[in-house]
Amino acid sequence: MIPTPDLSHLKREDYDHVYEPAEDTFILLDALEQDASELRELTPRVCLEIGPGSGCVTSFVGSILGTSCLYLTSDINAHASLCALRTGRQNKVVVDPVTANLVDPFRSRLYRNVDLLIFNPPYVLTDELEVVDAQEQGGIAGAWAGGTIGMQVTDVVLDQLDELLSPTGRFYLVAVKQNDVHNLQRRVQEKFNVQSEVVLQRRAGREHLFVVRFMR
Amino acid sequence: MVRLITHNLLACHAKGCTTNNFPLKLQDVVVEVREAEFNADFLRGFLPRIEWTALVNAAKELGDTSLPLEMPEMVDDEFLKNLHHVLLEIHVDEGAMVCPNCGHKYPIMNGIPNMLLAEHEIG
Repeated sequence: MIPTPDLSHLKREDYDHVYEPAEDTFILLDALEQDASELRELTPRVCLEIGPGSGCVTSFVGSILGTSCLYLTSDINAHASLCALRTGRQNKVVVDPVTANLVDPFRSRLYRNVDLLIFNPPYVLTDELEVVDAQEQGGIAGAWAGGTIGMQVTDVVLDQLDELLSPTGRFYLVAVKQNDVHNLQRRVQEKFNVQSEVVLQRRAGREHLFVVRFMR
Repeated sequence: MVRLITHNLLACHAKGCTTNNFPLKLQDVVVEVREAEFNADFLRGFLPRIEWTALVNAAKELGDTSLPLEMPEMVDDEFLKNLHHVLLEIHVDEGAMVCPNCGHKYPIMNGIPNMLLAEHEIG
């Protein structure tokens, strides 16, 4: 059993700006824990989490893989970058956060160099314009507003998957039923021949949550 | 924190800036050295992913000349110790990274680089 990261240093004010870990975070932790021994055997050197929010997930991965891996995070919300850094320190994991739009500044240097890519995206169904506004503002709404089928931001990352994943790379993605999980898996398979499977799913209140694992 | 390992992975991505956009030049930096746990396997595994000249030059800009100009074929303990220090223990807490091509300035505050672009700068 890998303990959930200590988040006691984060206060109410932090959660005014940064997404507070919830069921979607915990299902992702559970999926990663389930794969912990496989992940250790793969010896990933570069882990990149998009949208770390509080930094809970990356710190958790850090407690699985220790100092054998570099932990990068990229968040459009500068407050989230700071929280990711602090949560790393609180849990003795060195996290290197970057404030950026998705993977933009890493695209050339991390070309097929990401061993472990993680994304709990803004998957909630909203108006399309709401996504654009939320991302531009870089605030907490950017953590959930996802467009008409909740895939507006996720689609951008899926389109870049082939240029991100290393030959042994894997990608863990959180989704909800309304995102049409089967369809998104099929699209990635057709486009890049990257295989995927649902490694965990559960209902949490009104949400039906999935964790999809993509592998070359 | 912008450690040199991260600096080695970041390129300018402003609109139209596709050549000579790496490595970013460190400017007005405040540097702090923080000890990190040594892990030889990680260093050996990460070595092939480093842009060597960029790392050597960035270290030099920060006053560290312990790395050889060419990546050595034989990796010994002393080399790994120096590499560990340069990649993982030198932190840029404040300052900026400037694109050598278009001059775009990415600020570093509280050890975090801000790589966001304004809407008209997005490619």
